[in-house]
Amino acid sequence: MSHIISATHLVKHYPGVVAVAGLDLAIPKGICFGLLGPNGAGKTTTIEMLEGIHMPTSGTVLYKGEPLGARYREEVGIQFQHTALQEFLTVRETMELFESLYPRTLPIPDLIEMCSLADILNRDTRKLSGGQRQRLLLALALINDPELIFLDEPTTGLDPQARRNFWDLVTLVKSRNKTIVLTTHYMEEAYALCDEIAIMDKGKIVSQGSPSQLLSDHFGDVVLQIPKTDAGTKVFELGLSVVDAADFVEIRTKQLHQALKQLLDGGVNLDRLRIRAWTLEDLFINVTKKNIKS
Amino acid sequence: MKKFLAVLHARNMEFLRDRSAMTWNLAMPFMLVIGLAFTFSGNNKEIYKIGIFGGIDTLSRIAPELQSTKHILFIPYDDLSVAINKVKHHQMDMLVDVSATPKYWVNSSSPNGYLLERIIRGTEGKLFQRQAVEGAEIRYVDWFLPGILGMNMMFSCLFGVGFVIVRYRRNGFLKRLKATPLGAFQFLLAQLVSRLLLIMVITTVVYTGCNLFIEFNMQGSYWDLMFVTTLGAMCMISIGLLIAARTASEEFAGGILNAVTWPMMLLSGAWFSLEGTHQWVQNLAEIFPLTHMIAATRAIMNEGATLSQVMPHVWVITAMSTVFIAIGAYIFKWE
Repeated sequence: MSHIISATHLVKHYPGVVAVAGLDLAIPKGICFGLLGPNGAGKTTTIEMLEGIHMPTSGTVLYKGEPLGARYREEVGIQFQHTALQEFLTVRETMELFESLYPRTLPIPDLIEMCSLADILNRDTRKLSGGQRQRLLLALALINDPELIFLDEPTTGLDPQARRNFWDLVTLVKSRNKTIVLTTHYMEEAYALCDEIAIMDKGKIVSQGSPSQLLSDHFGDVVLQIPKTDAGTKVFELGLSVVDAADFVEIRTKQLHQALKQLLDGGVNLDRLRIRAWTLEDLFINVTKKNIKS
Repeated sequence: MKKFLAVLHARNMEFLRDRSAMTWNLAMPFMLVIGLAFTFSGNNKEIYKIGIFGGIDTLSRIAPELQSTKHILFIPYDDLSVAINKVKHHQMDMLVDVSATPKYWVNSSSPNGYLLERIIRGTEGKLFQRQAVEGAEIRYVDWFLPGILGMNMMFSCLFGVGFVIVRYRRNGFLKRLKATPLGAFQFLLAQLVSRLLLIMVITTVVYTGCNLFIEFNMQGSYWDLMFVTTLGAMCMISIGLLIAARTASEEFAGGILNAVTWPMMLLSGAWFSLEGTHQWVQNLAEIFPLTHMIAATRAIMNEGATLSQVMPHVWVITAMSTVFIAIGAYIFKWE
């Protein structure tokens, strides 16, 4: 499989801090690759080295097998986590500004349509909502028709509706055979968009693969959820692996029949029992031993 | 009150921990007070200005009474024509030539010149031959116009370029541009040309508008004036680019910009002539591009100087611009 971008033994030191500690990565062409990790794991540092914004302390980054150079700037699209735009320009003027910076660009009308910007073309960029701003930033990242697109936490701070609209947009971009490198704090976002994910912790990749493969590799058991009012206190006396959650208990087991029999024999009411699927958030916590929400 | 104190504390901590900004805020007024104290030190109460051609030592030998008269400032000159021109335009009250046969030049329409003439006759009798000079007084407005325009250009170029680039860097816009094929030199050149066009249009509009009411004295060529002011503006912009080449702290940049603009404002001759100040002050003023721009524009406007006559100033401004732009572009960082 051909890799559009790869990193070998990537290390980045800041004074007193090792942000990235020997990272190896190879991203195949045409996929959406998710880079996940808790705050301070080194995601942004890694992605900015891949983008060519920061030089690694050691290690190499190759784009189509070659070191990053002038061609890379022309063929890559980037949406930073925090980006300011030139003030007092409208959406259209901002797009025209960035269009003029590249030798080869997509037609602006196509981008306007793709990113649903028609209604806000003449609006000052300082007066855009969070969702509108992110759509504009994505349009700017796509303006040079890039083969490789970096999206660094593109939906952070957006409301659920705007976030899902943005996912549709990313899916549309992906369908055009573009390679996307995405960092996000939202596990459902990574699950919905990514073909492959890597979870980082303390500057290293601790787990990598497709979401479904990683879930099956890490979790061989089943999670049963029973409302606390039904479970009572008896459930804790049956010798099962029980986790006390907010208004229900979770029972984790690899032997479903045996567990159900124990619960029935113990007189636990199973009328409202549910089987919950393992999620990327479970995986994340499992491999980083941290709660992402913390 | 609790909320107010919390915000007050947070802002104080932010300021105190930004060491570069705090250092400048402390150092700047300190240096200013010390500098001004030295510049205008002494107990001078001179009322009249007499230019001396031929050496003050010679004057004290042949006309000791005149030389010891109080409240007269004696300013040595090496170039007789320059000194005569000053008397002609009332920029100096009298010129005394002691290089050969003693003589003095006085402007017939100068009140101070008249009084000095009475003094010189009273102290030295008929030792000096009278040489009359005719010429209209250069109004103060004509004298300080180049200074006002120059200062406006300085502030606009330095803050308009330096501050803006620092803000771009701070809010991440430069980082976004770094991710495009745009080169640093292209970016800096665009900033330079943009500000240059703006400031030249603004200055032209201000000059033309004011000229309708005040009718400024213009002895030289407008093209020469345009050439010199364009070069001067470019030099100011290049200083702004140099200051903004690396820092991301607006407070630090503000401190540096103030540290550059204040001495230029005070010592470049925008408000008052430095004649009669310490020699080291006059030497110091020579390192400021504004000094050269104002001197050249004054010479063109008030004395009708040609471009070749102000060429020494032009070369200095050009050399400074080249050096500042080169260093600024070399050390520039997007982040």
